[in-house]
Amino acid sequence: MNARSGFIGQKVERREDARFLTGRGQYTDDIVLPGQTHAYFMRSPYAHARITALDTTAAARAPGVVGILTGEHFKAVGGLPCGWLINSLDGQPMKEPKHPVLAGFPGGKVRYVGDRVALVVAETLDQAKAAAELIQVDYEELPPVVDALTAPQAGAAVHEEAPDNRVYQWGIGDQAGTAAAIAGAAHVTTLSFRNNRLIPNAMEPRAANASYDVHADSYTLYVSNQNPHVERLLMCAFVLGIPEHKMRVVAPDVGGGFGSKIFLYGEETAIVFASKLLKRPIKWTCERSEAFLSDAHGRDHATTVSLGLDKDGKFVGLQVHTTANLGAYLSTFSSSVPTILYATLLAGQYATPKIWCAVDAMFTNTAPVDAYRGAGRPEATYVVERIVETAARELGIDPAELRRRNFIRSFPYATPVGLTYDTGDYEATMARALELADVAGFEARRAASAAKGRKRGLGYSAYIEACGIAPSSVAGALGARAGLFEAGEVRVHPTGKVTIFTGSHSHGQGHETTFAQVVADKLGIPMDDISIEHGDTGKVLFGMGTYGSRSLAVGGTAIVKAVDKVVAKGKKIAAHLLEAADTDIVFEGGEFKVAGTDKKLPFAQVALTAYVPHNFPHDKLEPGLNENAFYDPSNFTYPAGTYVCEVEVDPATGKVTIERMTACDDFGNVINPMIVEGQVHGGLAQGIGQALLEHGVYDGETGQLLTGSYMDYAMPRADDLPSFTVETAKGTPCTHNPLGVKGCGEAGAIGSPPAVINAICHALGVKDVPMPATPYTVWKAAQSAAR
Amino acid sequence: MGMQITLTVNGQSVTREAEPNQLLVHFIRDTLRMTGTHVGCDTAQCGACTVHVDGRAVKSCSLLAVQAAGRSVTTIEGLAPAEGELHPMQAAFRACHGLQCGFCTPGMVMSAVDLVQHHGCHNEQQVREALEGNLCRCTGYHNIVKAVQQGAAAMKA
Repeated sequence: MNARSGFIGQKVERREDARFLTGRGQYTDDIVLPGQTHAYFMRSPYAHARITALDTTAAARAPGVVGILTGEHFKAVGGLPCGWLINSLDGQPMKEPKHPVLAGFPGGKVRYVGDRVALVVAETLDQAKAAAELIQVDYEELPPVVDALTAPQAGAAVHEEAPDNRVYQWGIGDQAGTAAAIAGAAHVTTLSFRNNRLIPNAMEPRAANASYDVHADSYTLYVSNQNPHVERLLMCAFVLGIPEHKMRVVAPDVGGGFGSKIFLYGEETAIVFASKLLKRPIKWTCERSEAFLSDAHGRDHATTVSLGLDKDGKFVGLQVHTTANLGAYLSTFSSSVPTILYATLLAGQYATPKIWCAVDAMFTNTAPVDAYRGAGRPEATYVVERIVETAARELGIDPAELRRRNFIRSFPYATPVGLTYDTGDYEATMARALELADVAGFEARRAASAAKGRKRGLGYSAYIEACGIAPSSVAGALGARAGLFEAGEVRVHPTGKVTIFTGSHSHGQGHETTFAQVVADKLGIPMDDISIEHGDTGKVLFGMGTYGSRSLAVGGTAIVKAVDKVVAKGKKIAAHLLEAADTDIVFEGGEFKVAGTDKKLPFAQVALTAYVPHNFPHDKLEPGLNENAFYDPSNFTYPAGTYVCEVEVDPATGKVTIERMTACDDFGNVINPMIVEGQVHGGLAQGIGQALLEHGVYDGETGQLLTGSYMDYAMPRADDLPSFTVETAKGTPCTHNPLGVKGCGEAGAIGSPPAVINAICHALGVKDVPMPATPYTVWKAAQSAAR
Repeated sequence: MGMQITLTVNGQSVTREAEPNQLLVHFIRDTLRMTGTHVGCDTAQCGACTVHVDGRAVKSCSLLAVQAAGRSVTTIEGLAPAEGELHPMQAAFRACHGLQCGFCTPGMVMSAVDLVQHHGCHNEQQVREALEGNLCRCTGYHNIVKAVQQGAAAMKA
């Protein structure tokens, strides 16, 4: 990697891989601090109960116990906040009871199975677990509210302040206009379905290790997290009241997040608090069965959608009602997911003139639900792409053709639900996807399947997503209680080597490679001369973190802006050294040149001059070469594409085999196509997992989680999936960031579920098959179709 | 309460105390402080803790440390021929982008090496079936399957 340019757009092998491949990665649980103690959380075995008595006396005397904390310790603290305010249609703010850090105190309530009751800290984990067995808790069981659709009539309240269990009742669009459009439509297609609850399951369970320095009165928290600065801000300013400069949060190597590690959780909050009380470092590592109970879950919508079409198949109106299950408490960004991140995407790729979406969000006695890969946009895409395909089948119009008739074709395009798409070419990605999927050869393959007694089907999905969240001003107007910019710093060392500090966080995305590719090209220096630092509030100036496919579009742009400042200062230094005017200096190929002459200086020499400023324009400049930038985008980015799924169904068993999964995406410009394709692969697996396998299920009577391990929750395994056909279109570069990038992290999970279900419906000739389309579900659908 | 066990780990003899209920994975991680072997579940499903015991892939969460006494254990740290080099399977994972967050990777690589050494590695479907016991949430397995096939070819070369 000693080349000096041409990295952007190249498949560059990842620089982080060597450490991961040789076992040298350092994840949170790998860290052991001097005097380390271990934490275990006692959790509620009931979905809904009042604690009438709690006695820790015996547990406190157990061998190895360092301390036991209960809800009594946190009475003055309050609870965990929600970061996004949603107002109901009547103007009332959402109900937002705070989630107690620990619920264990007489009179306290537990509100889902796995809710934290008490914290035991001991010399070893086994000792902590054994001591927890000795904590005596008397529970008075209360009736649980489990299903969101029936929550208003449940006859029980998760929170007293929300007697009908409603968090908010929200809407967007033109209600009357949409109703009129649908009433006057030549054809109306209606569907009701659920978007199944998913459990994120990053392979590294959540973990944290907190320590307190009594002399400095400061804390260090290692935590498996996607946004350490946000974690610090929320925990310090909104929960524990710790001054931010007294807290360092480090998110070291993080083994996947998918949204579930964005949020501030009570576990790390409790051990930070306890680390000062007990004056020992405390480590907590979530066990997988705990993760199923206590990680924020995803999705869980129930939706009815109607699409009105005119006689030519043009969409005239889209009417949506969604009930969203937010679980027992509002997790960090939960309230925004079924509203701002969902309903604003309901235009999809289509010029539907009238749209109305109403959302009822509900409390239930289940784990909190928050952003999971795609966060609202998979749910929106499922609504749009299922109803469009169903309408096409009802009308006997080719589903691709119906989409073409309705594509948005001129940009910028303001949708009826609040977004303005800057650019796109939906026809191009659809045409290419159909070609890659060999749709032309489908009928022959279908006949071959039929000859074997199998049913073959083809399903499409033309998704759009809003990424690179967000302009802070827009997010703020929509209720966000945080800014959504990103920060970057370029530290040029005297030798011309460069360290980049980014507020983005890599937990599998390969930033250490991609960001270095960008900087190497911009500065004309070898990638080996650049290192990328992230995930440490003690090193990085600030950051909003990684989620919503925002790292390159927002974080990458912040770095580019800082690089631009370095170059601008370098030009002034070079002008001084070369005795030329600032305006005559150009920077290209890693050299500062006087335009039109052969006078030039390499980057490293200018850097050296900045730090050894013997001959330096002190009257105009400070020494040093170190710049930072904050970038707040002016709009979301809008990746889009078409996915085509081809399935074969065995009607005798209901088994679905994905024969072909084709994705053609427009991500704008691409820095590293290998990494981008890898992101799509992973998203596809999660989307196919949602469509065919995964389902977080609670018992309707007791509120017990029935899918609490890998033996009950069907994670996609290697033999459940096909190889994918993935192509990134030449694309339409984003118009408002200098890299022209849009983001690729979630597309696969957003675009694929409706393609899979559309294909199964096509194969069986049925209108709907619920997710997950397990063999039993599909078999039942096949039986009903055969009748 | 612990008992002394002696075993070979990555070619070196080690003698340590092990509790009778200590799992091999915790012996490797906590006692030997070799943290390349990961714990991703508590039901022996995910395969992140896969190591080789006497040359065969084993989920080290499903073996007690004392059961490894007298045996030879290879972890991900001991797979490469020398410091700074990669085993052909590791190299193939890098070349094929067969890893993202890296957490499942050590177990995945150890399973893949066992697959090639003991079962052959013929076509995509066989690789997929053989990796059924190793969960990955990042890659969708697409590039892992390619990596295993490429690594298999390199190991035979």
